[in-house]
Amino acid sequence: MAIWLPCLAIDRWRHSERCKAGEGADAAPLALIAETAHGPRIEAVNAAALAVGIRLGMLLADARSIHPRLAVRPADPEGDRAFLERLALWAQRWGPWSGMDAPDGLLVDVTAVAHLFGGEAAMLEEAQACMAARGLAARVAIAPTAGAAWALVHCARRRPILRSGEEALLDPLPVAGLRLAPEVLLVLRRLGLKRIGDLRGIGRDALQRRFRNRRDPAANPLIRLDQLLGLAAEPLLPVVAEEVPLAQRRLLEPIRHRELLDVVVADLAGDMARLLEGRGSGARRLELGLWRVDGDVAVRPLEFAAATRDPAHIARLFAAKLDDLDAGFGIELVRLRAPWCEALTIEQTDIETVETEGTTLAACIDRLTVRLGEAAVRRPVSHPSHIPERAQRWRPPLEVRASQEELAFNDRPLKLLDKPEEIAVLYATPDGTPQRFRWRGAVHDIVRAEGPERIAPEWWRERSTVRLRDYYRIEDDEGRRYWIWRHGLFGDGRGGDPQWFLQGLFA
Amino acid sequence: MTAQAFPSPFAAAVSAAAAHWRPGLVADRHSEIFAPAAEASGAGMALSLALDGLRASGLAEGRRAILWVQDRNAIRLGGRPCRAGLPAELRARLIHVAAQTPEDALFALEEGLRCRELACVIGELTGNPKALGLTASRRLSLAAERHGVPLFLIRLDARRDLSSARMRWEVHSSTSPPRRWNPAAPGTPSWRAELFRARGYRQGEWILHDDGTRLVAGPSQGAAADHGDLAAVPGDRSLAAL
Repeated sequence: MAIWLPCLAIDRWRHSERCKAGEGADAAPLALIAETAHGPRIEAVNAAALAVGIRLGMLLADARSIHPRLAVRPADPEGDRAFLERLALWAQRWGPWSGMDAPDGLLVDVTAVAHLFGGEAAMLEEAQACMAARGLAARVAIAPTAGAAWALVHCARRRPILRSGEEALLDPLPVAGLRLAPEVLLVLRRLGLKRIGDLRGIGRDALQRRFRNRRDPAANPLIRLDQLLGLAAEPLLPVVAEEVPLAQRRLLEPIRHRELLDVVVADLAGDMARLLEGRGSGARRLELGLWRVDGDVAVRPLEFAAATRDPAHIARLFAAKLDDLDAGFGIELVRLRAPWCEALTIEQTDIETVETEGTTLAACIDRLTVRLGEAAVRRPVSHPSHIPERAQRWRPPLEVRASQEELAFNDRPLKLLDKPEEIAVLYATPDGTPQRFRWRGAVHDIVRAEGPERIAPEWWRERSTVRLRDYYRIEDDEGRRYWIWRHGLFGDGRGGDPQWFLQGLFA
Repeated sequence: MTAQAFPSPFAAAVSAAAAHWRPGLVADRHSEIFAPAAEASGAGMALSLALDGLRASGLAEGRRAILWVQDRNAIRLGGRPCRAGLPAELRARLIHVAAQTPEDALFALEEGLRCRELACVIGELTGNPKALGLTASRRLSLAAERHGVPLFLIRLDARRDLSSARMRWEVHSSTSPPRRWNPAAPGTPSWRAELFRARGYRQGEWILHDDGTRLVAGPSQGAAADHGDLAAVPGDRSLAAL
């Protein structure tokens, strides 16, 4: 069964305004707009706006010239998608399996289900009635394949039910019912193929030759035709409801003091640990919601470096997050959710091992990130680049990544400055080894030097005016070892005289 | 606060009984290394001492992580660790913490010391922050000794203030030994290290370098050699070989 909601965005807007079709704010022409590079563009219009001649895809300026008093509201595509997802779950009342057909449709598998609703016709009527009761304009149809149902619901005027063996009845439908991309529809129209029957009439080999290198079903009418007729399999992505572990406490007396709240959080952490243990999983992210008496909600999220269900650890980390909480007139409901869980096997503690002291690495990382922030605790990983500052990146500390052994051609310094510092260098021009340099106000006499190690700019990434670098490993008269580079050459046409930079410190 | 500051018979007896430090001993749990910020000698020495301790306790080849905490000034003056320049054993095991303030850095150090899955903790603090008083230092010592995780605290451009560290070093870069195939190039990093306060060890000054498999200590030419009952001139052999 396919369900199409032709004016989903307008229906949702009307629902938010609490008005019925054609009444209140809906009586006047109204459009939902989205900002584009060429100015605001109309994404959806109501019936009144349609009546005065405003169409989808118009620029707002053009629409205003047709009807100056057009009311506009911003469109909300993410909200529409989330609504459609919830609606897909709700639509599982008609079948065990449902999927989204973004942006404005649903597909429900009703194989061998219709008799429970008194036949297919009765089922369609019920679906239509349920949608109308929710204030949604909907078209529904039943067909043996998802493609055929989609074609019926979008293009057929009557006949919402197609039985197997009646595929010939799809022939008069336009080719737009094949779920093809607009440019393919344009090609078909120029070829004079306007109806599905026309495609079936000209023979498969001609179609195959014309669209032979199109692998995407939306670009190949032959694949779509086979899917329509049930000759080719069409995997669809189902929407599956996932139950989020949740523990909550409704409090008899609103709490205003921190000690009591800590007790409640510890209780919730214990409940959550039991829930998670029953599922054999551990939490990676937790959300603590605190409802105040005046209706305000404070949400404190918490992420873990590794899956955990240790109540003491959870309570301790939340304690650091609750320091700046404003309780107002008191908190009456506390709720702990775990939106992101990972499998964590149940471990049996060995009776022979002594209880070891200290924390695990994951717990240590969690404590550090809660106080210092995500970006403060990281691990260097190598990255394929020759430019030293690009050759390593910083990743989360416990992330497991496949890595390659690095090439150890040249020595690299122990420490790299975040920003290379410009230095004044005395050297034999044009490209001799450096003799003496001044850095941070001190003069260093270079006693030993090795180089240059030339690192050319990455031409596939950078502009053609970027200069090359000649790196030198140097040691001064007191034994201090540095990594310096000359930026460019004399007469390379990419700037004036070369500059020198100090980038790294050897041990 | 050296033993020589108290010329009592008891202190003299302690000093006489104290052993000489040499590489290859399991390091004390809390060491402090004073170094200038304009060179990476402190970090290099700390890594070598840590690696030396790990080799002595058989953890050098393991996969236990090391934690390196830096405060903001240390990052600004000396930069962040570069993965390709680290000793090969520690390259894949480093976890870096960039703390904004010395208080945050001390918190991170203490949390690291409490973690039983870390091989060692290295800290880098600039100057003499108020947060790092004797109490904070004592907390770190106790945490390190209780959980058995060694701490190497690098003090960049700092005065020798009060501290409860078991070993306190002053480190400067030293001219590296000439390379065999290119005498004009800088050689293996080496440091002039002065052990100016230690519990259970005599003071001394050495030229140290890590030859890739072990830490090698040579005599320092500037210091008055006080080798006690050892041979006066070890030549080019390391003290560890004696």
